[in-house]
Amino acid sequence: MSEETQTHTTDQSKDFLIIEIDNQKFGIPVLQVQDVLREQEVTHVPLAPPEVLGSLNLRGRIVTAIDVRKRLGLPDRNPDMPSMSVVVEHKEELFSLIIDKVGDVLNFKDKYFEKNPGTLDPLWKEISTGIYQQDDTLVVIIDVSSLLENVERKK
Amino acid sequence: MDDLIIEFITETNESLDELDMDIVNLEKNPNDKDLLGKIFRLMHTIKGTCGFLSLPRLEKVAHHAENVLGRFRDGDLEVTAEYVTLIFESIDQIKFIVSEIEEKGSEPEGDDSDLIAKLDAAYEGKSLSDTTSCTDSEEEKEEKSSDDQSLESEASEKEIVVDVKEKDIAPGDATLDELEAAFAAAPGMEGIVNPADLEKEKKEKEKEKEKEKEKKEEAKAKAPAPPPLPKKEAEKPTKKPKTPPSQTLRVNVDVLEDLMTMVSELVLTRNQLLQITRAEGDTPFSAPLQRLNYVVSELQEGVMKTRMQPIGNAWSKLPRIIRDLSIELNKKINLEMRGQDTELDRQVLEMIKDPLTHMVRNSGDHGIEMPAERLAAGKPETGTILLEAYHEGGHIVIKISDDGKGLAEDKIKEKIIANGLATPEELEDMSSQQIQQFIFKAGFSTAEKVTSVSGRGVGMDVVRTNIEKIGGAIELKSVEGQGSVFTIKIPLTLAIVHALIVESSGEKFAIPQLAVKELVMVSAHGDNSIEYIKGSPVFRLRDRLLPLILLNEVLGLEKNVSLICEKDGNDDEDSKDSNFDEQNNVSKDDYIYDESKDHGKDAKKCNGNNDNKNHYIVVADVGGYEFGIIVDKVFDTEEIVVKPVAGILKNLELFSGNTILGDGSVIMILDPNGIANTSGSIDNNDLANNEHIEKQHEADSDKKTSLLLFTAGDSTPKAVPLSLISRLENVKSDDIEYSSGQMLVQYRETLMPLVPFSSNIKIDNDKDYPVLVFADKVQSMGIIVDEIIDIIEEKIDIQLGSSKCGLLGSAIINGQATDVVDIAHFLNNINNDWFKDHDDTPFGEGENAAKAGKTKKKILLVDDSPFFRNMLTPLLSVAGYEVTTLEGPTSALKLREEGVNFDIIISDIEMPDMNGFEFAQHVNSEGSQWIDTPMVALSSHATPKDIERGMSVGFTNYVAKFDKDTLLNTISQTLMDE
Repeated sequence: MSEETQTHTTDQSKDFLIIEIDNQKFGIPVLQVQDVLREQEVTHVPLAPPEVLGSLNLRGRIVTAIDVRKRLGLPDRNPDMPSMSVVVEHKEELFSLIIDKVGDVLNFKDKYFEKNPGTLDPLWKEISTGIYQQDDTLVVIIDVSSLLENVERKK
Repeated sequence: MDDLIIEFITETNESLDELDMDIVNLEKNPNDKDLLGKIFRLMHTIKGTCGFLSLPRLEKVAHHAENVLGRFRDGDLEVTAEYVTLIFESIDQIKFIVSEIEEKGSEPEGDDSDLIAKLDAAYEGKSLSDTTSCTDSEEEKEEKSSDDQSLESEASEKEIVVDVKEKDIAPGDATLDELEAAFAAAPGMEGIVNPADLEKEKKEKEKEKEKEKEKKEEAKAKAPAPPPLPKKEAEKPTKKPKTPPSQTLRVNVDVLEDLMTMVSELVLTRNQLLQITRAEGDTPFSAPLQRLNYVVSELQEGVMKTRMQPIGNAWSKLPRIIRDLSIELNKKINLEMRGQDTELDRQVLEMIKDPLTHMVRNSGDHGIEMPAERLAAGKPETGTILLEAYHEGGHIVIKISDDGKGLAEDKIKEKIIANGLATPEELEDMSSQQIQQFIFKAGFSTAEKVTSVSGRGVGMDVVRTNIEKIGGAIELKSVEGQGSVFTIKIPLTLAIVHALIVESSGEKFAIPQLAVKELVMVSAHGDNSIEYIKGSPVFRLRDRLLPLILLNEVLGLEKNVSLICEKDGNDDEDSKDSNFDEQNNVSKDDYIYDESKDHGKDAKKCNGNNDNKNHYIVVADVGGYEFGIIVDKVFDTEEIVVKPVAGILKNLELFSGNTILGDGSVIMILDPNGIANTSGSIDNNDLANNEHIEKQHEADSDKKTSLLLFTAGDSTPKAVPLSLISRLENVKSDDIEYSSGQMLVQYRETLMPLVPFSSNIKIDNDKDYPVLVFADKVQSMGIIVDEIIDIIEEKIDIQLGSSKCGLLGSAIINGQATDVVDIAHFLNNINNDWFKDHDDTPFGEGENAAKAGKTKKKILLVDDSPFFRNMLTPLLSVAGYEVTTLEGPTSALKLREEGVNFDIIISDIEMPDMNGFEFAQHVNSEGSQWIDTPMVALSSHATPKDIERGMSVGFTNYVAKFDKDTLLNTISQTLMDE
């Protein structure tokens, strides 16, 4: 997926919603975000792929909840820790990405964008388009469609 | 007017209107193949429908026009301007006739012979001027359009005539009238004096004299608008306004579909609101919500109604199909239809239309025999196909039955083998039900020859697929020589379904109500419990073995601890080597069936649950295959709107969709079909599995009895027929109480007496004791034993008699000397009180027994096995009968000679000197004083053949051994019948 990275010409910039999972900051292109939800009641779907946490009702629509931690190969969330979710649309279906925290919407200048480092965890490489360098931290940009598509493929 | 005619007119008008748009183009481009094709199709449709609706005049015009158009379309004939005019003329004529029909409900009187002659001429490729003197229609029509006014009056004048005639040929009148009308319409009927005819006659004469003028007049009357000037068409309605169309509006199905979706959503939202307010109690919202509830319900009903159509619509073509079929095949078939008014969703209707047509055709083609065959088989010459539709609990049942020859099993078998679907050996083991199911397989047709109607083998599998696609099910019952019945069950509507909400391992699921046959509660202390065959749970439901599926297991949820069954190991050698030969000790205990003999010992009977948790079995029916789904809880049913599952989850075949419940939570909808498939229980080859199991079991256990082995008091294993035991329980010594010296335990809110098997059993504190529970419908008693060893299938051959109370003797069981326990003795002697208490409300039907109490019915029990005699005697005497037991027919016949009479004779079949069949023959021989005494056969050989033989020699009934309930019921039934 890294081939499809955004062209980073000098002064252009993009907006990202910053989320946090396991103390790592990630960015989701803000235009893809439909909703940010607090912890919801999720109906478990038996036999579903492990990344699929279940389904939830978002204003009358059934949304599939994806545990992003599982998807990224991260340890399970401490059950006491609150979670949040970001709702995105993919192929006309809604998905709720369960993550730890939601931060601000930030504007990133393209010049700070870097392709994924070659040594990055292959699982992460798969779902990330690249990384933005910020003063204090690095933000991994999530490619929503590959994040979700590969769940489907893995099943 | 007939609905069909209205529909036909609406459709034809629509097509005609559409043609108007294109018709201009035809003038410009006379050889436009597409347009010609379109007109051809319209003519073809009109022709076809007319034949069906009996509109001969229209049919004739359409038919001849079609011929010509066919040639144009195929390019055989060049379309000249002349011909274009002719086509217009035909279209106009059709329009005229159609509008007449619309106004008056029947065809106008008149004659189209000129037009037809022209069409025929055109068909032959002749110039029109050769055949008719209508040399210059162009001019004439020009003239015509100029004096439309006068035309109108002429036309109306003609209509009057028509009106008078109308009365004679009103549709629906007897055919005689029609004939008369036809006569009247025929030219040259001068003889008949009748005002209308006079009018007609006049015209007729005129026609002869001034053919040309007549022609013109006719043409004017029939086609007020001049054909070559199609622009005029548009003016026509203003001059002669049509009668207002019928009160219907054609709406695109998509619009209705969207509406339905919205209403479905509204219903869901309402359900949610209602649920919230219910929890809140009285709020200011209650009243408006109530109103909303009402309105939404009405709305839902209304919208549903827009989609509802009587099933008769799907059937309307069937009588014709059957008629044609019977002519083509020279059969006599009568199609009877019931419940045409049954309404169902349009979408569903569309889906079943073709399968239904196919099946009815099949019934006519394959099912009904030739008249001669039927007569030979003693059936009426005319075969009947009965089509029925009715509502049954939220769905619609459609039955197609015929009294034809039924499915030829032999042919199906041949075909199965030829197609390699199963081996002959496999077929041997299949029930006829299973074999019949093969017709639903792809490429399966047993019709000897492919007729034009059916037999191509692309039928029933498509039918089945179509029906299952809409959540329906199809069942087949067929008796060779007597006919077949196909039962289709389909949901009323696809949009909203009723679903049963169940819970398993703390998670809720919805099961479509359509698939649910019944619910069975299995409680820890109920009579019925879940039993295990090598780990597979089964349940005995009204003497049928129901395979069970643990929902939590197939869903990979946490296992249910309470269903774990206790297991003992017993690895002794198989019984095959033992040379037991006693014929009678045969068990029919289906639940101990195991697929392979070698695993017989793994069969376990479990004492259900160890805690007080109840379970529910949802008995599901998937295309005739029944199985039970074990769930923890059952909630109510809810109306749900099935939403497709997310793409990621599409591969989970256990779910057919998901939905949002009233409380706003998301719930997965289970697909019973998928569950059956996943658990591997529904192999297509394995349909009607139950029968399969039973049958095989019958063969396996032919000479065997299921025995429970236990120890009590000493180390010698004891054996007791498993079928006599209701349950196995573990009783804590702390729970054992004493009352007047009798050991008791509180059990299902009653007191159950307990008896230690032997006095050597000491009741220590803090110990669990296995208890064998014997129960009938009223009360239970338990026998305390030391340890339950195993359950095995074994022949019982009592080799050493026993003088000891409570033992019948010793036998080699499992390669070990084993005491065979005389439970009857225990029931009878050890716990006398219990039996005394229940002498007047004994086993089985208290009512009969009470009656019997006054004048005790006398039973003669003939069985060479002491074991059975001992077993049955107390059972029968407790049930209020006076029992005489004999060890063989010879001594029984001696009693007969002594003049002893009985009310009923129960006899074993396999007995050493004289078997049961011979005995029955003796009893029923001429001059026998017992000839009127009913006889009940008692045997393990309850194969249909045996039963047949038994019946033929005079047995009234045939009962399987060890089936005490059936035996008692049969006896009381037989005695009542007498």
